[in-house]
Parts: sequence; C-alpha cells; structure tokens
Amino acid sequence: MKVLVPVKRVIDYNVKVRVKTDGSGVDLANVKMSMNPFDEIAVEEAIRLKEAGTVSEIVAVSIGVKQAQETLRTALAMGADRAILIVAADDVHTDIEPLAVAKLLKAVIDAEDPGLVIAGKQAIDNDMNATGQMLAALTGWAQATFASELKVEGEHALVTREVDGGLQTIKVKMPAIVTVDLRLNEPRYASLPNIMKAKKKPLEEKTPADYGVDVTPRLEVLKTSEPPARAAGVKVGSVDELITKLKDEAGVL
Amino acid sequence: MHFAMTDEQRMIVETTRAFVETELYPHEAEIERTGHLPMELIRELQAKAMAAGLYAANMPEDVGGAGLDTLSWLLYEKELGRANYALHWTCVARPSNILLAGTPEQREKYLVPCMKGETWDCLAMTEPGAGSDLRGMSASARQDGTDWVLNGTKHFISHADIAGFTIAFMATGEEDTPRGRKKKITAFFVDKGTKGFTVREGYRNVAHRGYTNAILEFDDCRIPAENVLGEVHKGFEVAGKWLGATRLQVAATCLGRADRALAHALSWAAERRQFGQQIGKFQGIGFKLADMATELKAAELLTWEAGWKYDAGTVTEADMAMAKLKASEMLAMVADEAIQIHGGMGLMDELPLERIWRDARLERIWEGTSEIQRHIISREMLRPLGG
Ligand SMILES: Cc1cc2nc3c(=O)[nH]c(=O)nc-3n(C[C@H](O)[C@H](O)[C@H](O)COP(=O)(O)OP(=O)(O)OC[C@H]3O[C@@H](n4cnc5c(N)ncnc54)[C@H](O)[C@@H]3O)c2cc1C
Ligand SMILES: Cc1cc2nc3c(=O)[nH]c(=O)nc-3n(C[C@H](O)[C@H](O)[C@H](O)COP(=O)(O)OP(=O)(O)OC[C@H]3O[C@@H](n4cnc5c(N)ncnc54)[C@H](O)[C@@H]3O)c2cc1C
Repeated sequence: MKVLVPVKRVIDYNVKVRVKTDGSGVDLANVKMSMNPFDEIAVEEAIRLKEAGTVSEIVAVSIGVKQAQETLRTALAMGADRAILIVAADDVHTDIEPLAVAKLLKAVIDAEDPGLVIAGKQAIDNDMNATGQMLAALTGWAQATFASELKVEGEHALVTREVDGGLQTIKVKMPAIVTVDLRLNEPRYASLPNIMKAKKKPLEEKTPADYGVDVTPRLEVLKTSEPPARAAGVKVGSVDELITKLKDEAGVL
Repeated sequence: MHFAMTDEQRMIVETTRAFVETELYPHEAEIERTGHLPMELIRELQAKAMAAGLYAANMPEDVGGAGLDTLSWLLYEKELGRANYALHWTCVARPSNILLAGTPEQREKYLVPCMKGETWDCLAMTEPGAGSDLRGMSASARQDGTDWVLNGTKHFISHADIAGFTIAFMATGEEDTPRGRKKKITAFFVDKGTKGFTVREGYRNVAHRGYTNAILEFDDCRIPAENVLGEVHKGFEVAGKWLGATRLQVAATCLGRADRALAHALSWAAERRQFGQQIGKFQGIGFKLADMATELKAAELLTWEAGWKYDAGTVTEADMAMAKLKASEMLAMVADEAIQIHGGMGLMDELPLERIWRDARLERIWEGTSEIQRHIISREMLRPLGG
C-alpha cells in the first residue's frame, strides 16, 4: 500500500513570533522555518507502518514556496521514499488556504492512488485544522481525525481519537484520511546516513496549473495582532488567601 | 565563492542540534555538580546517538562513519560543542582519525571497538617536562629483540581512565636538525592492562567537569613490534597527517558554546529591564552584543574557510592555527561578556554561562597554546622572507 503524507513548511515552533508592523501577518523574513510538528508525527507514523511491512511506499507532498523543498528533503531523510513539491507561491508570506491545499491533494491522490493519507491535524502557523477534513469531503473517503493510535488491519484502519473527555476508537474503511495528534508517536531524528541518502531520492516539482487548481485566496485577513501582554502576577500569603482570591476575584471556584 | 549550506549540511545541523538539546542538555547540571559521568548514562546516550547516526560520524563510511566532508563535520562539531564536553565527547564519541593510519589488523583491534562504542581511544604526548615542545620529550622506547620497552611518564592525558588503550608517542632516538638536536618520535598502541603500564588519576581542573585527565606511567613496559603505529621514528609524520584537523575541531566546538552564550545574552538583554527600559537599549550593553556577534562571525568564517580548504587540499598550517586561535579567544570574550550582561545572575549555575566561561579557559591551552598558534602563523608569514 502506498501512503501519502502532506508536509507543510511553517515557522519553527521555537521562534518567538513577531507580527509585521502593518498588521498584515507574521514576519517571516529571515526566520527559522521547519516542518510542521504534527506533520513530522505523520511522517514518523508512515515510516513505522513501512517498517512493519504494511506500507510499501511513502510519498511526501508539500504545497507552498519553493523553499518547501527543504521540508521535503527532511521528510526524505526521515524515511519517505519520494517527494512532490507543488510551488504555489513566490512570497514566503503567502499562505495557501486549506481548500486550495485540499484540492491539490485530491489531484495528487487521483494521480498517485494511495491507500491512506496521513496528515497533521493542523499546521501550527494558521491553526486551521481543516485540510484533512476538506480532503475527506472532496475524495468521499472516510476520515479519522486527532489520532493518538493507528493500526492497519486488512482493509480497515483502527484509529484511536483524542476527543473531549477521553479516547474514542473507530474503525474506518480504507482508503482513508487520518489526521494525527501530538501523542501518536515521537518522531525520530533524521539520521546522518539517511540524510546523505536523501539526496538521491526523487523530488518532483509541479505547479497548481499542472493540476488545474486555482489557489487564489478566498479569505481576507483583516488584521493580525500580538496577544495581549500577560499582566503581572500577585503573591499570596497563604492557602486561605489563594482560595479567597480564586473565589472572589477570579471567579473560578 | 558561496556561503550557503547544502540541504545535507542543514539537516546534519538540525539533527545534531536537536539531539544535543533533547538528549544532552538535561544531564548537564548533574555532571557539573558531581563531576562524574555514570556508565549507565553513557550507555543509554551512546545507543541513542548510534540510532541517529551521530556516533563516530567523523569517520569514513567504509569503517561505519557518516563519511562527512570536513566542512560538514565541523558544522556537526559546532553543534556538539554546545553541550558539556564530557557528555558529548564520551556519548557521541569521535574516535581519533589517527586510528585510520593503522594496519588492517590494528584497525580491527582498535578502531572497530571504538566505532561500536565498546571502548575509547586516548592520545599520550604531553609530559611534565614537555608540553609545547614535544620533541623535547623524555619518555622513551628502546628496541629489545623485536619487542619495544617503554619507560617514562605522560600527564594531562584526557579520558585515559575509560580508554581501552592509548596511543603513546615515545622518543626513539635523536637527530640533528636546523634547530638543534631533536628527538625522533614513534607512536605505539599500548593496551590497558599491559604489564608496566599504569593509569593514575590526574588533576582536577577548572574546565569541562566530568572530562577526566590522567597520568600514565610506563615502567619497563614491553610491547610487540606489531604495536607500532605507522613507521618507526615517524610518529610526528603520522600525527601531522591524521591529527591536523583536530585544531579545527577545537575551533568548531568553541563556536557552538559561544553561540549558546550569545543567545542567552541576547534574550536577557531584551527581557531584563533596569531604569525603566530593556538593558539592551543602553549602548553599553548593545555594543557588547554587537562585538560578540561580530567576533563570533569572524571566528566562524575562519573555521569554515579552513575546513573548506582542508578538502580542497589548499589548507595551510597558518589557516588552521588562525581558526583555532580566533575561535578560542573569541569564546573567552563572548563568555565573559555574556556573564557581564547578566549581572550577578550570570555567575549562578542556574544558567550554563559560568561553566561556559570556565570551560573556555582550557581552549586557549590545549591543541597548541595561543602563543604556539601565533608562532605558527608568524613563522609561515616570515618564511618567504628568509625568517
Ligand atoms: C585538560 C587538558 C587535557 C589535555 N589532554 C591531553 C591529551 O589527551 N593528550 C596529550 O598529549 N596532551 C593533553 N593535554 C596537554 C596539552 O596539549 C598541553 O597542556 C599543551 O600542549 C601545553 O603544554 P603545557 O601545558 O606543558 O604548557 P607549556 O608548553 O609548558 O607552556 C607554558 C607557557 O609557555 C608558552 N610557550 C611555550 N613555548 C613557547 C614558545 N615557543 N613561544 C612562546 N610561548 C611559548 C605557552 O604558550 C604557555 O603560555 C591536555 C591538557 C589539558 C589542560
Ligand atoms: C555573589 C554575589 C553576592 C551578592 N551579595 C549581595 C548582597 O549581599 N546584598 C545585595 O543587596 N546585593 C548583593 N549582590 C547583588 C549585586 O550587587 C548585583 O548583582 C549588582 O548590583 C548587579 O545587579 P544585577 O545582578 O541585578 O544586574 P543588573 O543590574 O540587571 O545588570 C545587568 C547588566 O545591565 C547593565 N546595566 C544596568 N543598567 C545599566 C545602565 N544604565 N547602563 C548600562 N548598563 C547597564 C549592568 O552593568 C549589567 O551588565 C550580590 C551579587 C552576587 C553575584
């Protein structure tokens, strides 16, 4: 079975995010970019399925600026077999919207015919949490979101989902779209020998036009602003005082 | 000329950096406190380093290393250099390149176990009476039949306590040179446990806690002829050929620690407020940051250039000496200023700065003191003028 893993290049989670002075978005000039952490988990899961013999090929796809090929190289160095880069923007500040991404992924699916798509539940830059679901709608495939465990059994995938208040296990018929949560696995380091080997793995470059998809934004960003600075804390003298404050001032008890 | 990292280099840096931050940093405080690196921890971290392909990555692929070019290797060294030295050197070991100079049998016996993490190597040159002037050494080896008999004392020998063997450089004669009579030197493998070879606990030193040094004593220590590394009397040629880049390794590890200290200083300068503003806005602090970053970059460029030239076959002794000199002196300055920017907090062991500052002191002494590096550079400058 072939697995498709979409990976997004996002601002590194360690970077202190700064809003551009004109409020149009986050400043990405000369900022460290990395693979979306949830996508790393998705790549790791695909590799584990391949190591277990369930999966025969892992295809990583990235949609964005040309520099996203770095992200794909990382996926290849982790263990993906080949990569497809769809160059859909010139400016690093252009975010391709979930619907456009889902349409492009649908087109890739039509060409590649994978048995499973493993994606991150959301990208940490725009926190949309929509691409996987939209892709499921466009393909008409089953979807299982927020996976914290994934088992493939014959024609089906058993997915444990992190839902409010606990865990839910569902069985979906493949082909299916699975979006992964934080606790699914701990992604491996791209090992040095695999980094050296990644250079020889194929990376195909495409454009949205190749798939006949229009990526023009449909959403308009009105304003981006910094979160309000956290107000200074207070020191309390005793547990009683703390409880009183939580009751009377914070109103949480 | 171009200065961009390749995709491979970027990923090597990312993997090494992530490993150092995730696997090594959490153990630093304990090792600084106890001065000891427990064997169970070594084994655990070695296994993780091997899984990430980081262990002994300096070695060529045919012996199980990563086959990195010199520049990529130095980028990896910079990242490892961020962490406590004992941790990275022991748990992500880089066996000495000189092990590649051995015969196939010697490689099998000494290099292979180092690659597998079963043991470590150590190199014994320095003596109480011979440091910078190694060709003035007095420890000696004399031939007896086909065997060699070793006598004398070496000191400051790093990690000889855990090493399974040492490569000992011994005087095996004298010769006349333009600079007077000098010793002929031969390198020997000496296994731990060989009769007449004793490893004694060394000194406590201010730098690199947990990274030990030892005193080695040779007392009529008899070893067979097959233990000679390279040719008899050619110990310095072997060292020159295989240990040349060690100075660049020292330079690169200095870069990593300086980068870490500077990152702390920068974020502190942006967060700490006194007199109603960020201290970084006081010119006295802002200019320090500017000087630290500029010095760091200068040292980096010298190191990367020397590494690049090393593979191009055009590197000179002076190139490597400049990189080592600049990087070690830069680190001392950056560590000191990072503490200054932190005020009293910089001296406290909550932050890694006090130890980076202590550790920095060693770097200007080992692998050739700053004076010896300057001597090498000026000698190369004066030579064409008959100097
Ligand atoms: C922690 C530690 C670990 C070490 N590990 C090892 C190891 O594993 N193996 C090993 O063999 N050695 C090791 N060394 C030894 C190290 O390489 C020496 O300390 C170094 O070469 C300097 O020698 P020295 O200490 O005897 O100083 P000296 O050579 O006695 O120097 C004293 C001073 O005189 C100066 N000086 C000497 N000659 C000249 C000159 N011609 N011109 C101007 N100034 C000069 C020096 O620069 C220095 O300032 C280690 C040292 C330390 C501190
Ligand atoms: C071991 C130790 C013992 C101590 N004992 C005592 C004690 O017994 N009692 C006590 O009260 N205190 C004590 N101190 C505190 C000591 O006096 C302070 O550490 C010192 O005054 C510096 O303050 P700070 O550490 O908060 O640094 P900060 O004041 O935060 O300074 C940080 C950096 O900003 C710089 N800076 C600040 N303002 C300006 C400016 N306007 N222009 C340019 N640069 C500026 C400083 O020079 C420094 O480089 C002790 C400190 C130590 C380390």
